[in-house]
Amino acid sequence: MTTYGEWGGRYVPETLIPALDELTDAWNEAKQDPSFLAEIEALGRDYTGRPSPLTRAERYAPDKRLYLKREDLNHTGAHKINNALGQLVLARRLGKKRIIAETGAGQHGVATATACARFGLECVVFMGSEDMRRQAPNVERMGLLGAVVVPVEFGTKTLKEATSEAIRDWITNVETTHYVIGSCVGPAPYPELVRELQAVIGREAREQILAVEGRLPDAVLACVGGGSNAIGMFAGFIDDADVDLVGVEAAGAASLGSGRAAILHGARSSTLADSDGQIADAHSISAGLDYPGVGPEHAYLRDIGRARYITATDDEALAAFHGLARTEGIIPALESSHALARVHDLDAELIVLCLSGRGDKDLDHVLSQP
Amino acid sequence: MRKQLVIYLMAGRDTPDLAAAAVAGGADMIEIGFPFSDPLADGPVIRAAAESALAAGMRTAACLECLAKTRARVGDTPLIPMTYASLLEAYGWERFVTDARAAGATGLIIADLPAGERTDVKRIQLVAPTSTDERIALAAVETDGWLYLVTLTGTTGARVELSTALDAFAARARRLTDKPLYAGFGISTPAQAAAAASVTDGIVVGSRAILVAGQGAEALNDYVAALRKALDSL
Ligand SMILES: Cc1ncc(COP(=O)(O)O)c(C=O)c1O
Repeated sequence: MTTYGEWGGRYVPETLIPALDELTDAWNEAKQDPSFLAEIEALGRDYTGRPSPLTRAERYAPDKRLYLKREDLNHTGAHKINNALGQLVLARRLGKKRIIAETGAGQHGVATATACARFGLECVVFMGSEDMRRQAPNVERMGLLGAVVVPVEFGTKTLKEATSEAIRDWITNVETTHYVIGSCVGPAPYPELVRELQAVIGREAREQILAVEGRLPDAVLACVGGGSNAIGMFAGFIDDADVDLVGVEAAGAASLGSGRAAILHGARSSTLADSDGQIADAHSISAGLDYPGVGPEHAYLRDIGRARYITATDDEALAAFHGLARTEGIIPALESSHALARVHDLDAELIVLCLSGRGDKDLDHVLSQP
Repeated sequence: MRKQLVIYLMAGRDTPDLAAAAVAGGADMIEIGFPFSDPLADGPVIRAAAESALAAGMRTAACLECLAKTRARVGDTPLIPMTYASLLEAYGWERFVTDARAAGATGLIIADLPAGERTDVKRIQLVAPTSTDERIALAAVETDGWLYLVTLTGTTGARVELSTALDAFAARARRLTDKPLYAGFGISTPAQAAAAASVTDGIVVGSRAILVAGQGAEALNDYVAALRKALDSL
């Protein structure tokens, strides 16, 4: 079983083990199959609009050379589509006809619903009722795309509970259903699978920055919820020892900054939990970061010192949200705004930041802030 | 041989009384749920019971106390904590096993720790209809005493009909092991109990037992007695 140092694993009921084995085998075959890789690449190019541009943000950070990796310009407006399309191609290879997903901000739900519409597969998305309120436009979008959105009304009513319900559905319908998990979390092989499908972000960004600047950046920066846009970005630079890899967590959901070892959603990772191992509630203005867990590979990168993780508060993220809109004409997702908020404090001069999504979904929520 | 009847109760203030009532009604073993905030294997009834138990302060230390108080009420009836890996991770795996034994536990079930993982922690293994023959064989070798057959592909909770998968599943498990087989998940009525026990060595009743326990010890005693009667009629 795949672990990252002492992190990761497969802490799930036995019912899912055969499906995880099957997924692991399918993935190991697919990632070496040129026709699979060609299909993913063609979808990225012709459907998502890859490569996403790298945009200099001169007015937002006049004293730096800041470049934004524009995942916000992807079809559906975030990096989540990279993973959703890839997993659907895999689900088709597995012969699964029904697709389920969890969603927090709604971006992963929209991406999965979009990919299901594209391939003609049934799609059910679990979403906390609190998040449905915060991200209403994305709920409408999923409906338009033909997905069924199932409200999750208990516990925190956010991403944590939505993920638990998705896993319970998978336990029940595992023979017909593929679970498209939305971040590099969950039992093996998901963390690796999602990283590899998001690694396109870092691969492109590395080539692009070398092309415009002729050198590698001093730092790359990404927000961290479950950690998928960050791990995809980091993947491109992980072997470049001089590039500082920086993840920004929401201050009220800092699983890496203030978490402890616990087991949530099938993996052992750094988690917001109490001393009894009970999972704690996260708090963030941004639904996509409002999650007490994080991908196990991030816990490992933190421990070995290859990446570091800092935080931004709700207010700092809001200020960055407004700031980027006014200075660059780009409305960022509240999630990505957390990474933007930390740009000015870095010593680094040349920075590549993953702008993981656009902020259209957040307008109502931001404008209703006092 | 007498078909074994296992009753699941959530740890709580009334659990010692309830366990005593269940044993008086004919239960052979009691599982005591140590609640976890995110119980992936559980359907709505046990999930909600866990939520209430946590709200009432049933953290690990309180659960161990509850176990000890229950032990004092039920003679040498086997008591089996059923929980999730995160509690052991926090408490210390070895320390948990030691302290649970000291408090009167005779076994342990960890719902999200499948066979092959942490083989140092002796426990009752679960297998499901989706399990391959290899995994059933592995779980049977590793299991502590009996093997828990999850009758259906799904989470805990009462069902209108007993899983149609059980007969073939139990037959498959019999070919692979001589260990006793107890069926659980989705069993709530005496008729379902008898049908499940006719192809296994015992049954586990969870969600319905918790609902009935909500009406008090007497109601639980009557309910367990009805299950007992159904099993003894086989
Ligand atoms: C735009 C955007 N960025 C970031 C995230 C956080 O997820 P991750 O950390 O997996 O990239 C989300 C999650 O919904 C998102 O929608």
